[in-house]
Amino acid sequence: MKLSYLTVIFLALLAAILFAGCTGTQVQPEKNQTVTPTANKTDLTVFAAASLTGVLNDVVKQYETLHPGVHIITNYDGSQALRTQIEQGAMADVFLSANTKQLYALRDQGIMENSSIEMFAKNKLVVIVPASNPGNITTLQDLARPGIKLVIGTKDVPIGDYARQILKKMGNDTAYGPSYNTSVLKNVISEETVVTGVVAKVQLGEADAGIVYITDVTPENRDKFTMIPIPDTYNVIAEYPLGIVKSSGNKDDAASFITYLTGDQGNATLSKYGFAPV
Amino acid sequence: MEGKRFIRNRKNLLLSIGGGVLITLLIVFIVTPIISLLFRTTPEQFLASLSNPVVWNAVVLSLITASTATIIIIGVGTPVAWINARHRYPGRELVDTLIDLPLVLPPTVAGLALLMAFGRMGLIGGFFYGFGISIAFTTLAVVIAQIFVSLPFYIRQARSSFEELDTMYENAARSLGSTPLPTFFTVIMPLVKYGLISGAIMSFARALGEFGATIMFAGNYQGRTQTMPLAIYTTMQGDLDLSITLSIILIIISFIVIALVKFKLKGHA
Repeated sequence: MKLSYLTVIFLALLAAILFAGCTGTQVQPEKNQTVTPTANKTDLTVFAAASLTGVLNDVVKQYETLHPGVHIITNYDGSQALRTQIEQGAMADVFLSANTKQLYALRDQGIMENSSIEMFAKNKLVVIVPASNPGNITTLQDLARPGIKLVIGTKDVPIGDYARQILKKMGNDTAYGPSYNTSVLKNVISEETVVTGVVAKVQLGEADAGIVYITDVTPENRDKFTMIPIPDTYNVIAEYPLGIVKSSGNKDDAASFITYLTGDQGNATLSKYGFAPV
Repeated sequence: MEGKRFIRNRKNLLLSIGGGVLITLLIVFIVTPIISLLFRTTPEQFLASLSNPVVWNAVVLSLITASTATIIIIGVGTPVAWINARHRYPGRELVDTLIDLPLVLPPTVAGLALLMAFGRMGLIGGFFYGFGISIAFTTLAVVIAQIFVSLPFYIRQARSSFEELDTMYENAARSLGSTPLPTFFTVIMPLVKYGLISGAIMSFARALGEFGATIMFAGNYQGRTQTMPLAIYTTMQGDLDLSITLSIILIIISFIVIALVKFKLKGHA
């Protein structure tokens, strides 16, 4: 009997929840009608490489001001993480990747709208050390000194991939020698899945150095770091591709947003944040 | 009378069916995701992934760090649980509450807090860094993070085991001339051992699954700080097969853990 009473209470609760759910949906349309402007907004979901956070937030704000009917939802993460999310069916309209590898992987699976794919920005890499410089690093050579705490990206996140390409190039050059690459990689204390993780660990002073994009050093955090430039002979040009996801239900707005980003206004904003527009 | 009983029986039948449906839905909800992982791989892929260094490095590191954390938790937690179960002192309730804090603290908060304390710019970490000792981003940091989040599981269980134990056992031992320490180890410990073991297993399981605090405080480096949950997160973005293999290994371990606690130990307690 006791059990039955419990069951009754439980079912009653469940019914109450279901009932509440029903009335909730009945009320909602009325609510939406009273605040009409939000009801008419269409959502545009943009998945973007974490290194684009600053510039894209700026572009989104500009675009939304020009197009009050569009509400842009941004999702920033490592491009490889975004690729996995899209592969697994995440609802994205536009994908902005920090390297071609991750976006082309989606294209090759037939997930991207092929005709929409284009390059829109270029970036370069730089070594950052905390302003307090606890590792006493002044040259690229110093990164190979035993005991240095270096943070880079994993091999899958574009920033980690690019950093490894640079170290390999330097190792192949007699100026640094073949042991340079391995010595530097031995100093890695953490591999981050997103570039902003590298920046954070250097900014906290917990790492002696990190390899990031030049665009990660912004006017806001400029005083937290010292930059050690990587000469062009070793540096890589990070090419950022974009494209519309085939399953997008809002391709018109997606195309319009891309036109804005790759147009004069978008390019000016990209330049402002240190990217080279394509 | 007959009619009333008939209605009551019918009501009971309906309620039983309702309960049965609910339980079935709940079980489907819990079991389906786990089964789905198994469907995404084949035994061949699973075995091939096992030989990948990312996988076995993570398995070995996880087992070593979680075991170390559990041993330290038992060593430190047992006396604390005993004191709080048997002795009244000012602030005991506060101590109990603070020990439980990591249970409700989000792991990301724990990770950031540990970094602020044990990082080289931190309160404790700064002191050690003066002597050239780094704590953050080392295997030690993994163990510290695991201890931090899993300590309450053991202490709670140990304390309640001690509290359930009648004081007559220790009083009898004392009256026969035994001193406190031998009494504790030869009389009390054997009586509560199943409670303590089940607490230790729960702590071990929590330590094994630790993710948020570890990735923030210990970083993510294969073979040094990349435990199984971190390896699952990292490989999911590159090689999904490895990620699934690691998840299946963790499920197997979790299953063994829960089976041990449920069937073996609860029977004795």
